[in-house]
This record gives sequence, C-alpha cells and structure tokens, in this order.
Amino acid sequence: MPVLIFIDTAEGHVKKSSLEVLTYGAKVAEQLGTTAEGVVLGSVTEDLAALGKYGVKKIHHVAADALNHFDAQVFAKVLAQVAEASGAKVIVFSNNLSGKAIAPRLSVRLKAGLVSGAVALPDTSNGFVVKKNVFSGKAFANITVNTDIKIIALSPNAYQTLAGEGAAEVVSFNASIDAAKVKVTGVSKASGEVPLTEAEIVVSAGRGMKGPEHWGIVEDLAKVLHAATACSRPVADAHWRPHNEHVGQTGFAIAPNLYIAIGISGAIQHLAGVNRSKVIVVINKDPEAPFFKAADYGIVGDAFEVVPKMTEAIKKIKGTA
Amino acid sequence: MKILVCISKTPDTTAKIAFTDNNTKFDTGGVQWIINPYDEWYALVRAIELKEADPSTVIHLVTVGAADAEPIIRKALALGGDEAIRVNADNHDSYYIASQIAEVAKQGGYDLIFTGKETIDYNGSSIGGMVSELLDLPYVSLAAKFDLAGTKATITREIEGGEEMNEVELPLVVSCQKGMAEQRIPNMKGIMGARTKPLKVVDPVAVDTLTSVAGFGLPPAKAGVKLVSPDNVEELVRLLHEEAKAI
Ligand SMILES: Cc1cc2nc3c(=O)[nH]c(=O)nc-3n(C[C@H](O)[C@H](O)[C@H](O)COP(=O)(O)OP(=O)(O)OC[C@H]3O[C@@H](n4cnc5c(N)ncnc54)[C@H](O)[C@@H]3O)c2cc1C
Ligand SMILES: Nc1ncnc2c1ncn2[C@@H]1O[C@H](COP(=O)(O)O)[C@@H](O)[C@H]1O
Repeated sequence: MPVLIFIDTAEGHVKKSSLEVLTYGAKVAEQLGTTAEGVVLGSVTEDLAALGKYGVKKIHHVAADALNHFDAQVFAKVLAQVAEASGAKVIVFSNNLSGKAIAPRLSVRLKAGLVSGAVALPDTSNGFVVKKNVFSGKAFANITVNTDIKIIALSPNAYQTLAGEGAAEVVSFNASIDAAKVKVTGVSKASGEVPLTEAEIVVSAGRGMKGPEHWGIVEDLAKVLHAATACSRPVADAHWRPHNEHVGQTGFAIAPNLYIAIGISGAIQHLAGVNRSKVIVVINKDPEAPFFKAADYGIVGDAFEVVPKMTEAIKKIKGTA
Repeated sequence: MKILVCISKTPDTTAKIAFTDNNTKFDTGGVQWIINPYDEWYALVRAIELKEADPSTVIHLVTVGAADAEPIIRKALALGGDEAIRVNADNHDSYYIASQIAEVAKQGGYDLIFTGKETIDYNGSSIGGMVSELLDLPYVSLAAKFDLAGTKATITREIEGGEEMNEVELPLVVSCQKGMAEQRIPNMKGIMGARTKPLKVVDPVAVDTLTSVAGFGLPPAKAGVKLVSPDNVEELVRLLHEEAKAI
C-alpha cells in the first residue's frame, strides 16, 4: 500500500512543485513504513528514473499522447485507475493549479478525504491529521481525515525539496482514457520571466511608486535577484501592471522565500496573499505603515532612493557589478 | 440557458481571526459576514453579464448554510439572479457541501455552474472540482475569462506562468477568479427587487463527511521588524545574505 504521488508536468518537464511533493510523499511513506510511488501522465522529455533521488521507488507512466493536454475529468479517471491498481492509501498532489483541479475530482471518485493546502507532514499519532492554511494564511487548521484512502494537496513552497541518491523503476501503465471534453486552443506564456506562484523571490510594489513609468527600478531589482514581480491590487486595477501580478486576498496567494514590498502600505487584504512568505522586507517612507508589523526587515525611506541602491548592493555581493 | 452560481458566506476580509471552545471553533463574535469575494465579484457578476447579453438566461443562486446565511444570499439576489436556494445545513466538510450543491444541480438541470476560485476562510479550492465529478461534467478551474457562443464556452484559465485558452461544450462547471468581471455595487432597484425574489429552503440530503476539523491555531507572531537606515542599504543586503540566507 504505497504512497502515490502525482508528478505534474508542463511541456514535458517536471514542475518544481512536483519535486516538493516527491520529497514530501517519500517522507510520508517513510513515516507510514511503506514506499513511495509516482505517477506521470502524458509524454515527457526528462529521465523519469532520475526522480528516484527524491525517494520514489517506482514511477507509473501513462505515456499516451491523449494526456498531453490537461483535462481534469480525464486526468482524474486515469489517476483513479493507477491508484486502484497500486493499492495506494495516501495520494499526494501539489496544491498547484493542476492539483486544485484534479485532487477534488479524485477525492469524489475514490471517496477519499482531501486536505488541500497542506503545510506539514501528517500527524499519525492519533488518526491521520494534516495541518493546512485557513483564513488566507491568517490561521491554520488541523484536519482529520476519516476515510480509508487519504488525499493531501501540499501548498507550493511549503516543503523543502531534498535530493539524495537513487533511481526509480519506471513502468508504463495502460489506462483506459476518455476523449477530452476540454479542448486546448492556445497557450500564452510570459516568456523568460519567473512564474509568480513558483518564484523563490518576489519583488512587489504598490501605489507608492506613483505611476507605471517608475517600475524600471522595481524590474531592475527583480532581475538581479532572478525574482518574479508582483503588485498590490490598486496598481493592477489602475492598469499600471498586468492582472496576473496582483497578489493578496483577491489576487494570487504566494509563499516565496523572500518577499520585498516597495511602497505598499500592508493592508490586511494584501497581507492575506503574502503572509506565508518566509522573509518579508518592507521599504516604505511612512514609519507607521502597517506592513512593518508583518516584516522581518525594513527600511523607512524613499523607494526611489533605496531601491536602486539595493540593486547595486546585490550586484556587488553576487559579483556582477 | 440556466446558470447556477454557488454563493458562500465568509467573514469580512478585515475580521479578527480568533478561536473558542479550546480552539475548535471560529470566534464569530463581532464578525461581519460578506459574500465570499470570488463568488460575488467574479462568478456572480459574470453570470449577470451573460444574462444581460442574453435576457432569456435564468440565474439561480445556491448556498449551503444555516438561516444566518440569508442576508448574504439576499445581497447576492440584489446584485442580480432570479431566485435562490438555501440548503439548510450547518457547516460540514467540502465533500458534504459539494454533494448538496450537486443535488440541487441535478434537480435544476443547469447548463453552467459557477463557483468562486476559493473561499477566503477555508481556502479549499475544492468545491467546484467535487461538484463536477459528482455530476460527471467537465471542469475548468481558475478561469480568468469566460465567453459563450451558443452552447460553446471559450475560457481562459490560469496556468503556471501564463494562460491557456479552452473550448468546451456545455454543460460545464467553472471556478472563477480575477479577470472574469469587475466588482459591482447593488443599486436601490436591485435591493428592493431582491426582497420579493424567491428564496427556497431545502433540506440537505444525507451524505458522509470525509474530513473534520480537529482544531485551529494561529501562526507564531513575527519576532519584530529589524530596521535598517536608508543610508545603509548595503547593511540590509548583508543581513538578507548572511543572516536570513534569503539571497
Ligand atoms: C474585499 C477586499 C479585497 C482586497 N483584496 C486585495 C488584494 O488582493 N490585494 C491588495 O493588494 N489589496 C487588496 N485590497 C485593497 C487593500 O485594502 C488596499 O487598499 C491596497 O492593498 C492598498 O494598496 P497599496 O499599498 O499599493 O496602496 P496604498 O495603501 O495607497 O499605500 C501606498 C504606500 O506607499 C507608501 N509610499 C508612498 N510613496 C513612497 C515612496 N516614495 N517610497 C516608499 N514608500 C512610499 C505610502 O507610505 C503607503 O504606505 C482589497 C480590499 C478589499 C475591500
Ligand atoms: N457553503 C457553500 N454554499 C455554496 N457554495 C459554496 C459553499 N462553500 C463553498 N462554495 C463555493 O465553492 C467555492 C470554493 O470553495 P472552497 O472549495 O471551500 O474553497 C466558493 O467560492 C463557492 O463558490
């Protein structure tokens, strides 16, 4: 009765969030005294056996071309077949965009209790209890899963990837696959940029920047840090920055290692999307800005002076000056 | 065209988060309740826009909740929507709620079911997917744009680092997020009209719950901010590098 891990891919590549769930799933398996197995749907360009270094022993690969496009309905049915064949009692997803679509479907299919947005390993000392974020990161809840099969969807960036040694046995799995009802007609990607929800470092700016023409210094800082850029809601609403940069209660919730907030007051709705960041740096000219209460480091000062200096100082330590 | 919009009640975004009963219950004392922002701003408003484009469209709202959810569902009716259904049940897990919604959907025969991207209190992001599986319908999650031509939906959904364009034939379940529509404020006419719109109360169907809340907790408080002088930005970078090991 292995722990089964859904390994999410994009354009044939294993996503970073999948490495987190592989590490996490292997740890859960160790905790339960069983082994971890992975499952990959669709064709891949990577060597799947190498994923063994994250602790999985076996990978079920359903290599059908029909699975190269995402359809939650089709994917859930295939995963249910793999889950049943492997006899898995715990199934692990990343609570990323694909996980949010498939895990709930699989939960219904297998009548397996789901904890989405998990942030820690399950506590199996008394039942099966998983900690998850609630109230948009302002609190957590311990959820007891009462069913025989359990599904965990792990929050991205909540669990550190750990690579060791080892190779997984890759076996091809023959599934019956329905025709997809969702037709993918196009994809648009912001090329060369770091996707916000996967970024380790995020540089974010708010209304304190005064206007879109001043974002150059924000982008320069993001560039030296290989960071993604984000913004507060009024900035996106005013079309200073694109929609997909808006973080907070009504935008994206992110949990990077480092969040740098420039000219953002730190309204509670903004904090709701970023309060799970490991380290928060605030640059604001108002010492009373609420964001300082949620920050680890801060500078009370004018962003237009501080930010370019910061970029230069980082270049120096990175040896790129 | 018949659309079902799933409406949930959540604490106001500025509500103080605290727990009672040995940290097993959310402390509702002094809490203002609102329509979950994703349900209101994006799912409901987009449904209303579809009705404005095609007045033959019928919009039903569904909420699974006790009588105290009625002000919320009335407010949703004031924004738009033709009638509401409240499944008279206390809070249970996502599977339970989804099963109730699926039952309402079976009775009503809807072409389209909209949910919000997630509730801002439970942050499940699960109900839409569960409902779609219970009804064996296709599901497009985290939609940022939605258009209809006859029975064909054209949807833009979020993917990591970009967007994907989808085409799906109705019936279908969609979870809605930013981009779908712009926030609206109910007007006087809507508020008056909402009073006479039908609000049906139905009993829940018997369903197992698969999970339960063992307890809540608050994250540890931050140690406090370390302030660095604006004249010494290099010191901040040094701290981030050497102390926080964040860069
Ligand atoms: C239901 C609801 C949901 C919401 N959801 C979100 C959400 O998801 N995300 C979100 O961000 N907001 C959200 N909001 C809005 C939120 O309440 C705030 O209004 C918003 O976050 C403020 O954005 P801001 O910090 O950029 O602007 P402001 O509040 O105007 O703050 C600007 C800051 O910049 C500082 N500043 C000015 N000039 C400089 C300078 N030269 N150098 C340094 N600092 C400077 C000022 O001191 C100030 O602190 C929501 C609101 C509601 C009611
Ligand atoms: N009690 C409820 N009644 C009706 N709809 C709900 C309820 N709870 C959640 N929903 C819908 O499901 C969506 C996702 O909720 P969740 O899975 O809890 O994050 C919400 O945005 C609502 O549209």
